[in-house]
Amino acid sequence: MDLFEYQGKSLFARMGVPVPEGRLAASPTFARTAADELGGPVVVKAQVQVGGRGKAGGIKMAGSPREAEEAAAQILGMDIKGHTVHSVWVEQASEIAAEYYASFTLDRSAKKHLAMVSAQGGVDIEGVAESDPDAVVKLHIDPVVGLTDWQARALVYRAKLAPAAARKAASALKKLYGAFVALDCDLVEVNPLILTSGGDVVALDAKVTLDANAFYRHPDFGEFEAAFTRDPIEAMAMESDLNFIKLDGSVGIIGNGAGLVMSTLDVVDLVGGRAANFLDVGGGAGADTITNALEVLTRDPTVRSVLINIFGGITRCDLVAEGIIEALGRLDLPWPIVVRLDGTNAEAGRAILAASPNEKLMAVATMREAAERAVKLAGGD
Amino acid sequence: MAILVDERTRLVVQGLTGKEGQFHGFRNRDYGTNLVAGVTPGKGGTELDGVPIFNTMAEAVAATEANTAMAFVPPPFAADAIMEAAAAGVDLVVAITEGIPAHDEARVYNYITQTSQTRLLGPNCPGLMSPGKANVGIMPPEIAIPGRVGVVSRSGTLTYQAVHELTMLGIGQSSCIGIGGDPVPGTSFVDVLDLFQQDEETDAIVMIGEIGGDAEEQAADFIKAKVTKPVVSYIAGVTAPPGKKMGHAGAIISGNKGTASAKMEALAAVGATVLDDPTEIGTAIQSLLG
Repeated sequence: MDLFEYQGKSLFARMGVPVPEGRLAASPTFARTAADELGGPVVVKAQVQVGGRGKAGGIKMAGSPREAEEAAAQILGMDIKGHTVHSVWVEQASEIAAEYYASFTLDRSAKKHLAMVSAQGGVDIEGVAESDPDAVVKLHIDPVVGLTDWQARALVYRAKLAPAAARKAASALKKLYGAFVALDCDLVEVNPLILTSGGDVVALDAKVTLDANAFYRHPDFGEFEAAFTRDPIEAMAMESDLNFIKLDGSVGIIGNGAGLVMSTLDVVDLVGGRAANFLDVGGGAGADTITNALEVLTRDPTVRSVLINIFGGITRCDLVAEGIIEALGRLDLPWPIVVRLDGTNAEAGRAILAASPNEKLMAVATMREAAERAVKLAGGD
Repeated sequence: MAILVDERTRLVVQGLTGKEGQFHGFRNRDYGTNLVAGVTPGKGGTELDGVPIFNTMAEAVAATEANTAMAFVPPPFAADAIMEAAAAGVDLVVAITEGIPAHDEARVYNYITQTSQTRLLGPNCPGLMSPGKANVGIMPPEIAIPGRVGVVSRSGTLTYQAVHELTMLGIGQSSCIGIGGDPVPGTSFVDVLDLFQQDEETDAIVMIGEIGGDAEEQAADFIKAKVTKPVVSYIAGVTAPPGKKMGHAGAIISGNKGTASAKMEALAAVGATVLDDPTEIGTAIQSLLG
């Protein structure tokens, strides 16, 4: 789960990573009040879960509360790469002596934590890594031991940060790593991490991705999620514990298992169609789960046909079939449904479907054929 | 021979007295797997359907010489269960549990590789089976028949799909291994390819990957260096949008890294047969084996 900058900074502050003082504002008037309270020049920053907002005009300096109000008026409501700006973060402007880069993530390949530090911050770090690979210092960290003091120092010296920044930068890295581990982050990235003219090392930005699997030990993270504007169909799917991602085609997809559903999207594409969504009912789905999944798809007006692709393992095909029949009886389903059942109790499932003939429903033997049918029924797109 | 599980497997199930553990543990036993023990703290000394239950893994291994553990333990306790199994000295621990925090997985992987000889399969995997010999996990065994094709996959249901396609054509399997869909799998494609390459009872290999990470690219390097048996491969997620976790915690395209097309190109470049339709796996193997 990608956090807004202000959410990431609140976590940094909690873990002792220095950040500038700031306030969240959802209207120009609030931005003015915030700037007034903070005093002095401020920066007004769009809060969106996507990078590149500076280039898009989503970050503005303001010398006075009135300027902060004007900046907020310009930024609020902006569309940045498809994300609408609903709030701005107003924070005290910093006097920047140098801009660095620091991040911690999990290197899946090495199966260890990876630290990256560079003296060239404030710019696109992938660009730096490409043009001057030596400018980005990388270090693997054993997750059993964690980041040691000497490693933090080694990062700072190898990256050639200014001598004046060395001690505080090493300390900031230790604290950032502490946050990365203690808060179960997939990613903690600070770009830029700055040296101020006063000699402090401060996180001027915060990109934090939380691991949703670890939310059970961070009950307070629920409040972050509440701040996101979620697609209403996705919200409904979440309530039913369905794994749903909206896509841009017209063939609604329901399947069991992430791999099989991904594969179903691909096969639909292969036969000339486009999937309207990814929907994984998970392992062991019962009749209710299937009914709920069909109900979720009724909320999406772009769906023109539905393909149900099940390979039963823990999931029983007879229960899936019961769920489909139940949904056909209870809901007003506006589209035809193509069903392919294989695996556990597949024959019983097919028999249940055959026993309740319905003009909207057709059972098909193979995944490929099911995809072809569903694409044809969705019409040209 | 098959790989990892066979007639010599002595299985202990961590969480055998729970609903899922019981269902699948005994389903594995019904298939012929030698289920020798269960572990549930607090229920030591009892029995479940003839299987002795122990409080700790160490006791279970000492009393029954169990060599394979399967963890059916909820996410908050799963990392601990895997480390307990490794400390007890089993050869293999199969972690079925989905939803273990990534930091726990990274810690556990490094801890057990540093402190034990135990191999971890999973987490978030369907387990593994050697048809006709043993089934350890949640795969539906009736779709498999004994034979000489090895199957390895990051996805449960796609494993079933591949095995089904093979079986429909009368092509049996030596072993079917689900390595799981999480970012830090205990056993990688490379590990399993190595075992299949050495296995005298495996003639060809089916490898099913998906978007995210670079395990398939590493597999391609390994195939080039070490694998002489034919490999048929399928990668799911060609049309997946970047930046979204597609159901599996590890199935995510980060920036331009981890795409299906990069993986398919890497595998094709080292001579693997790369398919764009998983339902063609059976016929592809058939034509390779003649």
